[in-house]
Amino acid sequence: MFLPSAAGKTTDPGRRPLVSAFDLFAFVLVFGLFALFTQGTQQTLIPIADMEQVPISLSPWALPEYALRTTLRMLAAIIASLIFTFAYGALAAKSRRAEMVLIPVLDILQSVPVLGFLSFTVLFFMNLFPGQVIGVEMAAVFAIFTSQAWNMTFSFYQSLKTLPRDLEEVSRSFRLTGWQRFWRLEVPFSMPGLVWNTMMSMSGGWFFVVASEAISVGNTTITLPGIGAYVSTAIAEKDLVAVGWSVLAMLVIILIYDQLLFRPLVAWADRFRFEQSAGAPPPRSWVLDLVKRAHLFRLVLSPLGSLFRGAARMPLRSPVPVPHHVSRAWASRPMDGVWTAMVIGVALYGLWLIVSFVATEVGWREVLNVVWLGFLTLIRVAVLIALASLVWVPVGVWIGLRPKVANALQPVAQFLAAFPANIVFPFAVVMIVRFGLDPNVWLSPLMILGTQWYILFNVIAGASAFPNDMKEAASSFHLKGAQWWFKVILPGVFPYYVTGALTASGGSWNASIVAEVASWGNTTLRAEGLGSYIAEATTAADFPRITLGIAIMSLYVMAFNRTLWRPLFTFASKRLRLD
Amino acid sequence: MLETAASKAGTPLVEVSHVVQSFKKNDNNRFLVLDDVSLSIAEGEIVGLLGRSGSGKSTLLRIISGLVPPYAGEVKWCGEAVKGPCKGLSMVFQTFALFPWLTVLQNVEIGLEALGIDATERRRRAEQAIDLIGLGGFESAYPKELSGGMRQRVGFARALVVHPRLMLMDEPFSALDVLTAETLRTDIIDLWTDGLLPIKSILIVTHNIEEAVLMCDRVLIFSSNPGRVAHEMPITLPHPRDRLAPEFRELVEDIYARMTNRHAPGATPGQGAASHDAGLATALEPVSTNLMAGLLEELADAPYNGRADLPALADGLNLSADALFPMAETLQMLRFAEVTEGDIILTPAGRAFVEADVEPRKNQFAKQLLGHVALAAHIRRVLEERPSHRAPYSRFSEELEDHMSEEFAERTLRTVISWARYGEAFAYDEKTQQFSLEDED
Repeated sequence: MFLPSAAGKTTDPGRRPLVSAFDLFAFVLVFGLFALFTQGTQQTLIPIADMEQVPISLSPWALPEYALRTTLRMLAAIIASLIFTFAYGALAAKSRRAEMVLIPVLDILQSVPVLGFLSFTVLFFMNLFPGQVIGVEMAAVFAIFTSQAWNMTFSFYQSLKTLPRDLEEVSRSFRLTGWQRFWRLEVPFSMPGLVWNTMMSMSGGWFFVVASEAISVGNTTITLPGIGAYVSTAIAEKDLVAVGWSVLAMLVIILIYDQLLFRPLVAWADRFRFEQSAGAPPPRSWVLDLVKRAHLFRLVLSPLGSLFRGAARMPLRSPVPVPHHVSRAWASRPMDGVWTAMVIGVALYGLWLIVSFVATEVGWREVLNVVWLGFLTLIRVAVLIALASLVWVPVGVWIGLRPKVANALQPVAQFLAAFPANIVFPFAVVMIVRFGLDPNVWLSPLMILGTQWYILFNVIAGASAFPNDMKEAASSFHLKGAQWWFKVILPGVFPYYVTGALTASGGSWNASIVAEVASWGNTTLRAEGLGSYIAEATTAADFPRITLGIAIMSLYVMAFNRTLWRPLFTFASKRLRLD
Repeated sequence: MLETAASKAGTPLVEVSHVVQSFKKNDNNRFLVLDDVSLSIAEGEIVGLLGRSGSGKSTLLRIISGLVPPYAGEVKWCGEAVKGPCKGLSMVFQTFALFPWLTVLQNVEIGLEALGIDATERRRRAEQAIDLIGLGGFESAYPKELSGGMRQRVGFARALVVHPRLMLMDEPFSALDVLTAETLRTDIIDLWTDGLLPIKSILIVTHNIEEAVLMCDRVLIFSSNPGRVAHEMPITLPHPRDRLAPEFRELVEDIYARMTNRHAPGATPGQGAASHDAGLATALEPVSTNLMAGLLEELADAPYNGRADLPALADGLNLSADALFPMAETLQMLRFAEVTEGDIILTPAGRAFVEADVEPRKNQFAKQLLGHVALAAHIRRVLEERPSHRAPYSRFSEELEDHMSEEFAERTLRTVISWARYGEAFAYDEKTQQFSLEDED
């Protein structure tokens, strides 16, 4: 990890007491986490057979350990995502030819429903480590990874593409090596965007960790000890109290994660903001202050920090310089042609693979039917986003224009966005069952249960950022009612709204896979749609149908993005920007 | 081409011979930025590259430093052909270009890190450079916490710490306010004349005429579109130089006069007025109509009463030469004023404009615009000829891009749109990207 380098210089160690209260607290924090971590990781190395003998306990006392296991999975996924981000993003930004392929691929990966290919990855990783828990663990981590990595990578790539020209020239004219340039310029510059996207990813990730801890593919049912498994056991045993406990546990974890990891990270990353002038007050974090103040943290972390800084400074370069004529031939136009031909060839082969694989089981009639199912889900997503917008935009504006209320409620909205809605599904299902409602209609709201908050907190952010002088101008001209809404505030929050709605709609497509089929004990409710099609194909381990379902859903998501969100985005950034 | 004199003091540090730089416009055309530029820089001198923005002088600086390869021609650094960023050369940037996430000390050390110098030596040299440039005590500050002047001092310290033989400065003072710039400039000249800077020579790019006369031993005046070395002027005044001394003023006046005759450098002033007309291929400077009106009014009033000395006018209006030139030239193009020998003179049309009210002003502006700016007349004609009286933006931008870069074409069209809107010569709808004869709303 990086370390705040100023921390060592601001205070004089000689004039401080030997042990401070901060140190005691820090000691407990460090070693407590250490102990928990060791316990959590040990259990991943046992064989599956052993794990299956220990059923998931519904006692609330088992929850802290399950919560820890879930948290560790999240952590592993975020580390994997970071490594992937650095490698993939850097490659795409630096090689023109790689960019040609990697960026469209990333764009598509972004719109593939994560839960859809969970079944593939579970199978893949289980075959990789036959009979061992680690295989299943890796499948779960991989699922979370796929929900996080893409937008982090995009953010990193975008930053690398928009490096300030003068800083790039400085690094080149001082002849920094590629290694130094990466750690001194590229990574720091992309840090604020990366931290923000990591946070967003993380908040989306809780949903998938819960979904991936309990999954059945054909005859294999996997239950990894964790909150997700706890919830699914509670559902199977119709234990509403246990579901309540898991909601509580989740609340606590998200809170801890936010306070211990993201607050400090955001406060620390503030120094990487590129604007040179001091603007809004910098974000603060008590944990970061603690880290800076406690001896112990410094004792433990400063060698690590200087090791890292030393490594970042090393003038590493490739030992064999590439001869001039080789690099020229590599960059030449005929090579471009060769490359393009290769890419097209591989793409055609891939298409043939998919079509022939799907065609082993599925005929044209069914393809059309799946497209129809996709249309049903599309209608659900569209209607729900519209309804959520009608509710949350006015609420968000109301909150955002009142700074005190906004300060109090904004963290709540962000928190709700992070909360995995699938944990509270059972409550809704119980209601539907009890009142005998039509699942085709009443299961739908579940899709947007967790994602609507993105609309809310983005609109709050937009309304809080709305310039005061424009508010004053509007009131001095007595703009009121519809005129005020349509001429003043809605255009003002529109760019923020689009960001929120885009995230919400992407999340809802994903959620459809778990929301269109829901169960309570032995009762299973089912709504007609693409989500339930994929979910049922997964349970049946029907891989051609899973492939078809995912492909169609990806196409829908992409079409939806291209025809609706992207034009709105361009419009917002061109016409409605306030800065 | 004008070959600049090689200096007396041995092998030149830099030799630029017949450098051409151009950017690809489309498959067949290239846009020329630098045209056959040759110069050399010897040890022990400060050389100034003086020119308007867009004259390619910053591009030349980057070619010399090895950041950008030239399209044709050759650059030699200490007798060897330049193939990439050179050793022994460092650069000071207009925007300071400091890493906001590094402290002052870390920013200064970065050049030494690349050289692989060990930590103790790195620290020693960095402290030395920081003290020399007057930054002592600010080592652990972040650039955000510093004022502009202090930031640029960090930029200087960072460039000096590697002990370069040549220091390149890309408009190092132009982002600073007048007072700060003056202090920093004086400090640098003092350090240089006292022999305290660990460098051999300085190459400075600037558009500030007084700055060039104040600092340089030799000034190369660039003409624009494409960039060429139009004049070379040795400056032999002893340091410290006095801005108010008659010899100093004379040099400044002389350079002003040379820089305003841009179409034919060195030609006798008072040439035919037709050559000021903006042809279709002329890039227009985005000078607002408010500024034009303001300048015309200022010019008509006392103490100028219709005729002003450009340096004096620039001083009086608190404008840099770089800001004044495009305004003066635009007025000349529209025949509101005449520029000769560093003077600007109000024409009868200009006087009529000043004396008129809002509506007649607009009418007269439209008349001058359509009469002397070929692009405006062309757009108007196309709109009149078409039955719909409409034409898309791309119709004209593509035409312009045959003559200039995409960026300049866009700027030129935006300028003509804003002028035409003021004169109500034709309308433009941003949403549909359409030109039309009449504004519909």
